Amino acid sequence: MTYLDHAATTPVLPEVLAAVTEQMGRVGNASSLHAGGRAARRTAEQARERLAEALGARPSEVLFTGGGTESDNLALKGLFWARREADSRRRRLVVSPAEHHAVLDSAEWLAKQEGAEVTWLRLEPSGRVTPEALADALGDGTDVTVASVMWANNEIGTVSDVAALAEVAHAVGVPLHTDAVQAVGQVPVDFAASGVDALTATGHKLGGPVGAGVLLLRRDAECTPLLHGGGQERDVRSGTLDVPAIAGLAVAATAAVAGRRERAGRLAALRDRLVAGVLEQVPDAQLNGAPLDDVVAGGPGRLPGNAHLSFPGAEGDALLMLLDARGIECSTGSACSAGVARPSHVLTAVGADAARARSSLRFSLGHTSTDADVDALLAVIGPVVERARRAGMGRH
Amino acid sequence: MRVLAAMSGGVDSAVAAALAVDAGHDVTGVHLALSPDRQTLRSGARGCCSVEDAHDARRVADELGIPFYVWDLADRFREDVVEDFVAEYAAGRTPNPCLRCNERIKFTAVLDRAQALGFDAVVTGHHARLADGQLRRSVDAAKDQSYVLGVLTAGQLAGARFPLGSMTKERVRAIAAERGFAVATKPDSHDVCFIPDGDTRGFLTRRLGTAPGPVVDAATGTTVGRHEGTHGFTVGQRRGLGLAVGDQRPRYVLSIEPVTRTVTVGTAELAGVDVVRTGPPTWTGPAPALPLQAEAQLRAHGTPVPCTVEAAAGGGLVLRLTRTERGVAPGQSAVLYAPDPVRGDLVLGQAPVAG
Repeated sequence: MTYLDHAATTPVLPEVLAAVTEQMGRVGNASSLHAGGRAARRTAEQARERLAEALGARPSEVLFTGGGTESDNLALKGLFWARREADSRRRRLVVSPAEHHAVLDSAEWLAKQEGAEVTWLRLEPSGRVTPEALADALGDGTDVTVASVMWANNEIGTVSDVAALAEVAHAVGVPLHTDAVQAVGQVPVDFAASGVDALTATGHKLGGPVGAGVLLLRRDAECTPLLHGGGQERDVRSGTLDVPAIAGLAVAATAAVAGRRERAGRLAALRDRLVAGVLEQVPDAQLNGAPLDDVVAGGPGRLPGNAHLSFPGAEGDALLMLLDARGIECSTGSACSAGVARPSHVLTAVGADAARARSSLRFSLGHTSTDADVDALLAVIGPVVERARRAGMGRH
Repeated sequence: MRVLAAMSGGVDSAVAAALAVDAGHDVTGVHLALSPDRQTLRSGARGCCSVEDAHDARRVADELGIPFYVWDLADRFREDVVEDFVAEYAAGRTPNPCLRCNERIKFTAVLDRAQALGFDAVVTGHHARLADGQLRRSVDAAKDQSYVLGVLTAGQLAGARFPLGSMTKERVRAIAAERGFAVATKPDSHDVCFIPDGDTRGFLTRRLGTAPGPVVDAATGTTVGRHEGTHGFTVGQRRGLGLAVGDQRPRYVLSIEPVTRTVTVGTAELAGVDVVRTGPPTWTGPAPALPLQAEAQLRAHGTPVPCTVEAAAGGGLVLRLTRTERGVAPGQSAVLYAPDPVRGDLVLGQAPVAG
């Protein structure tokens, strides 16, 4: 099996498995007052401190959630509600059209149910949001509730200069949320240094457990809760803390951040070889997103493990099926529960036509990737593309 | 052999896929998403390819340990089946959309794509026997689907596998239950899949609008009623005519004239035909020598009628029936069979009823 879908989820680290297993063997609700509860609480708070340390935040800024989708929903809706509550003129959301559906659909839900007005940000052809584009969209900011721009795109891997964007947003008094689910562990992510008001991260992209995420939320950010109940997380998020998952998340984040520089260099080299090898065999394939050696704010302008390519004349889902049959696992974009392949909204947002958007594949590398994985793909990609082209691009 | 199993989420295609796996084939499951606006959950026995149906199909594929994908054929289905259905009714004919779907979607679009991707055949859960290129009725007469497959050509049949033809529906459900498939007790689907509420006339009125016209009695030439659109009628139809005629004898639709918006009705004697003219036929094998003695089935679930099949000018056929049939509607397919009580009636081919 050749796993080239680390952006979907990445193998759990052995030390995470050990930490989760150890905690699952214990009893104690972190909100309980007895000894078992205190022990659970201690584990959760240690995890909070380690996460804060890894991501450049203060422990009180770490809110544990059920994952990236919940964090994105909480940031968009919670900041929208709180900011509108404080000033009823504020009803605008400023959002990149290349966001994950957790952000996009939250924005659209707010538009439909809560009378929000969504301003979609202009994108560079690479998918990047520039400070100028954000400034144009914000205007004087008086009617804006919150802006949201992902740190790194989950499909095409483009990194935006989030610190510069936060500066622009703050200049007009608007908070900025960033979905950093793909960025953490791949590029340097420092919450305080970035200046953003809210940041989404999740465990299972880092070698941690699924269903464990965080929203980093500045202490001065007002955020209305989605989930009401015990008020465990700063009264912004309720629900019994999942101590085993939280412990695993902290171990994963610490390891991902500590090993980032070495891993990023290794993955970028593998990724570059993958792209070069594919282009050698399929010369008319097109790389989507930023150039491989792109730089933004002094760091990588593209996630080191991301390769996103279009294969003109071949359908992404045919390519995926043929590769799957040859033991190679990749993706046509973000996974879709209904199972029907749709043209990538990210590619469409950066101006690709529907055919190009439907003929693309994402290969994403991670901590277990090796030269053998790249070799396995390069051994079959030529004939696979040829075969898929024979099946054509007709609507089947 | 590498085969593609078309999996609707129903019990038949689930068992067909399982039998293909048992037979040692390298099987990949595919669910065809045909509806442009898929419902999240299925409602009753109508409708198709909801997300829930796709989930049911995926559950079976996962239990079988085979790859599974959803193919979005909604655009193709709309053009080739739904629009054809509407256009046929607009022209005063009565189409069979299941037959059209087999002809153009399952055994053209899907089969072509499957073969291009390196598969040798498409497996479906149709109840029909197929061996040595010969298509025959299922052993389960009540569930036989050879009629809606009668349009397939030898080339298409060469790429098709129907593992269920030699077993009853009861047996299919028993196999599903033995294997623990949750779909073992799922109800059979009925009616036209893209009209989930079952109201064909309402569907056509939404698509075609109302176009009122007269209902004329063939014997007297007098107008005996009004209608809201010829697309609400099928030749041979008796119910729902809403007529006020002097005598109490039932009337049947004899013909539909969309141009003059006239629906002509008549009594039972006038509604019967013993000669049926068709358009050009398709054959499941080499074209047979004509004239030919055969049985014609003139609609889904219709009783076959012995007939003589003759060639007609213009490439069509003339079917001389040995008994009078009512409700032979233009647009329906006449599927021709060579009776064979031992191995199952052999499907020779089909031709669309002209008119």
